Amino acid sequence: MSTKTTNQKAWFLVAPVVVLVAFNAIIPLMTVVNYSVQETFGDNLFFFEGMKWFEEVLSSERFHDSLLRQLRFTFIILAIEVPLGVAIALAMPRKGFWASVCLVLMSMPLLIPWNVVGAMWNIFALPEIGLLGKTLNSMGFDYNFTRQPFAAWVTLIAMDVWHWTSLVVLLSYAGLSSIPDAYYQAARIDGASAWAVFRYIQLPKLKHVLTIAVLLRFMDSFNIYTEPFVLTGGGPGNSTTLLSLDLVKIALGQFDLGPAAAMSLIYFLIILLFSWIFYTVMTRGENN
Amino acid sequence: MSTRRAANFKWVVPFIYILFLMLPIYWLLNMSFKNTNEILGTFSLFPQEFTLDNYKAIFTDPTWYNGYINSLIYVCMNTVISVSFALPAAYAFSRYRFLGDKHLFFWLLTNRMAPAAVFALPFFQLYSAMNLFDTHVAVALAHCLFNIPLAVWILEGFMSGVPKELDETAYIDGYPFWKFFAKIFLPTIAAGIGVAAFFCFMFSWVELLLAKTLTSVEAKPIAAVMTRTASSSGYELGLLAAAGALTMVPGAIVIFFVRNYIAKGFALGRV
Repeated sequence: MSTKTTNQKAWFLVAPVVVLVAFNAIIPLMTVVNYSVQETFGDNLFFFEGMKWFEEVLSSERFHDSLLRQLRFTFIILAIEVPLGVAIALAMPRKGFWASVCLVLMSMPLLIPWNVVGAMWNIFALPEIGLLGKTLNSMGFDYNFTRQPFAAWVTLIAMDVWHWTSLVVLLSYAGLSSIPDAYYQAARIDGASAWAVFRYIQLPKLKHVLTIAVLLRFMDSFNIYTEPFVLTGGGPGNSTTLLSLDLVKIALGQFDLGPAAAMSLIYFLIILLFSWIFYTVMTRGENN
Repeated sequence: MSTRRAANFKWVVPFIYILFLMLPIYWLLNMSFKNTNEILGTFSLFPQEFTLDNYKAIFTDPTWYNGYINSLIYVCMNTVISVSFALPAAYAFSRYRFLGDKHLFFWLLTNRMAPAAVFALPFFQLYSAMNLFDTHVAVALAHCLFNIPLAVWILEGFMSGVPKELDETAYIDGYPFWKFFAKIFLPTIAAGIGVAAFFCFMFSWVELLLAKTLTSVEAKPIAAVMTRTASSSGYELGLLAAAGALTMVPGAIVIFFVRNYIAKGFALGRV
């Protein structure tokens, strides 16, 4: 990368974005902060409560459970989607007609509205009328995702893998396409094994796009709301109630604005913290 | 080096993956051509009594087809706003060092991380206070929260891939900044703009929570029409399947148009 010149006038170029995003981010965020330290009894009467809601949320078992479920979900889907996405990108044709066909078909799930994804998987997995549910049951598996927590989890994860692995594939494919052919020729002359080619040529080139892929998948899976809401509604019981689902239940279902706001802020800080850790760990090598 | 035979069977992996991707879509299409009785009564891989009634119902009912139009309006508005705002900002980030640049960049990205569930209620209050509730502009602006940071991020990657000498030569030749930007720089990163627009379109089109919160009648998106119909008119799976199948059409068209950008474009920049 070429060195950048210092130019404070660049602020003029950034200003429109800052104004627009700040309008959308800071005003609502301050509203949330406001709610999080106050108690309301209706009639627009608010009383200052200090850190009460934060203490309440942090010590509540319900929050711990949703957070644990959320972490489990996020790490399972990252562990499946990232390696799978890289493997598929490696096996894809590099260029030509079939590469385009693959890219177009694989992008399909990314462009389906999230509630449709949920509804589609609901119809697909229903034990009586769904292709997946019916097939599994006729094969002798007792499968009913509306009653069994384990089946609900499997369905949820299968849905997310179906929905988002393509993003990892697209990004990895882009990274792989940027490797010049000369690298591969050199490797062939040296008699390098397929593993060595992957380890020393392809993986280093993938590092940047994989950072983006892991970060995006982490953030989005932590924020996931619509798909599980439509698919399982958080059930059976509370078994698939992830953080967002729980938050919306508290905020809009029970209208407990104070605890909901406090939970929102804690939630946001957790995402921020993890993203920052991922970001620093994965980009540490680049700066050296 | 992998053997010839291994290379010949490589296509199996993407083939199986695509098959897996297509199965639920096939099932949705299958359902959309059946009537409710058949869906609930029999299990069949293909519609026994093929019917287009579900689609007919959607195309003749204004609540349904207006949902599609509303969604398309705010998605296109959002894509145009996001990309045009992000272009100069991405240029600044890729070319200049200025006070607070790194912090600003990270702050922008943090907005990509904000859970929509957190912002739903405050957004409702904010846009109601500005008399923008239930307009397309409201949804388009609200979606900027996560689309502008993404567009800046993608475009910055592409712009950093363009050598700085291009800018310097143009300035020496006497081009003013905006003329250089519009005439020379933008065509150079056309692929990047295509990819950024694709991602903005995608994330705005698929988002439901904010779009639903900010609209009631006039700008109600198709996704919200679907969820409300699902709860109000009972268990009309066929209709729901048809509506779902139709939501895939705009996406498919967009993919078709940017397919060359996806193939080539992704490879160009750092992204």
